[in-house]
Amino acid sequence: MFKIILAVIGRDLKLALRRQADIVSALFFFVIVVSLFPLGVGPEPDLLRQLAPGVLWVAALLATMLSLPRLFADDFRDGTLEQLALAPHPLGLVVTGKVIAHWLVSGLPLALIAPVLGIQFDLSAEALAVLTLAILLGTPALSGIGAIGAALTLGLRGGGVLLSLLVLPLYIPVLIFGAGAVDATVSGLGGEGHLSLLIALTFAALGFAPWASAAALKIALE
Amino acid sequence: MLEADNLECVRGERRLFAGVGFRLAAGELLFLQGRNGAGKTSLLRMLLGLLPPEQGEIRWHGEPIRALADDYRAALCYLGHLNAIKEELTPLENLLAAARLADEELAEDEALDALEQVGLAGREDLACKYLSQGQKRRVALARLVKEKRPLWILDEPFVALDAAAVEWLAKLISGHLQGGGLVVMTTHQPVNIPAGAVRELRLG
Repeated sequence: MFKIILAVIGRDLKLALRRQADIVSALFFFVIVVSLFPLGVGPEPDLLRQLAPGVLWVAALLATMLSLPRLFADDFRDGTLEQLALAPHPLGLVVTGKVIAHWLVSGLPLALIAPVLGIQFDLSAEALAVLTLAILLGTPALSGIGAIGAALTLGLRGGGVLLSLLVLPLYIPVLIFGAGAVDATVSGLGGEGHLSLLIALTFAALGFAPWASAAALKIALE
Repeated sequence: MLEADNLECVRGERRLFAGVGFRLAAGELLFLQGRNGAGKTSLLRMLLGLLPPEQGEIRWHGEPIRALADDYRAALCYLGHLNAIKEELTPLENLLAAARLADEELAEDEALDALEQVGLAGREDLACKYLSQGQKRRVALARLVKEKRPLWILDEPFVALDAAAVEWLAKLISGHLQGGGLVVMTTHQPVNIPAGAVRELRLG
């Protein structure tokens, strides 16, 4: 079971490293969107501190969205997806591997660069730590939920817009608890409760989403 | 032993075929024929288990393939219109990755040997995007060289191949049949596959 998940992760990471433009463009998108806010709203430390969690999280959602349409589309176009569906193991495991690989090249870099961007918003060291942790714990859920949308819109023309309409509303809980964790830390309430809920969301998404995506992929392959 | 009974295929509003059945024993080849749009590829997808038939049943060694699921998929090898190779990977990486994802054992020297047999010696380490159409097809075909699974389902395997490669592939298929394998294939080219019992099924 783990062998196939590792095989998929290994292949997808190798492909991602040969196509670094995709990773770098999503990361730059994140950096630029986040950096535009301090320039737009002006250098008012109190206001920036208040805006920071929401801005960083919304930018993280959008940056994750950027790479989602390609999650299955490339494999679908060149016939690899058929071969994966015909392999003698459940398709849900293959999708689990793809979701983990997607997180490693999209969510993980966002979490690593978030503290640097947080400095622009005058966040305290403690708030930066919680922000990084929240993005680290919440982004796997984004990849998981996004996989369902990517599978449902596979092969559709203009699927990219439909994908955002499908997926962004489902990202709302992650956004609320992710931004809430940082807010709660800044206001001194402590973000542990929010972080626990984020972990719960991530586990629920990683456990459930691959199988829902696999069902959608089977319909796309008929 | 692969059996199909009374298969019916409906795509959208149109019925492509109905009442199609056949029985294929070890060492036999089934040629699917029919004009464009007669439903050859749809029938192949039913045999793969990707497309559920409107009616009828497909059995592998007497068991319905729906019930066998993973055990059936472990017995079949499919080569479709699409090559299922990654442009960014080299032929060698493609072959090894495909084997690993299909849960098959393939050592690196076996893979190199397979690539040499399809005439790609010296190009193992060149990314597939630099290969020609025919060479990409050969990378896809290299999977068959070391394939030990009994049932091969091939959709237009001779497309984009030159005369020498067509002859080589015909020999590979007949070797598989002589070893007790089963082959279901479609082709528009008249190809002579030596040895083995050949059955024909005409759709439409």
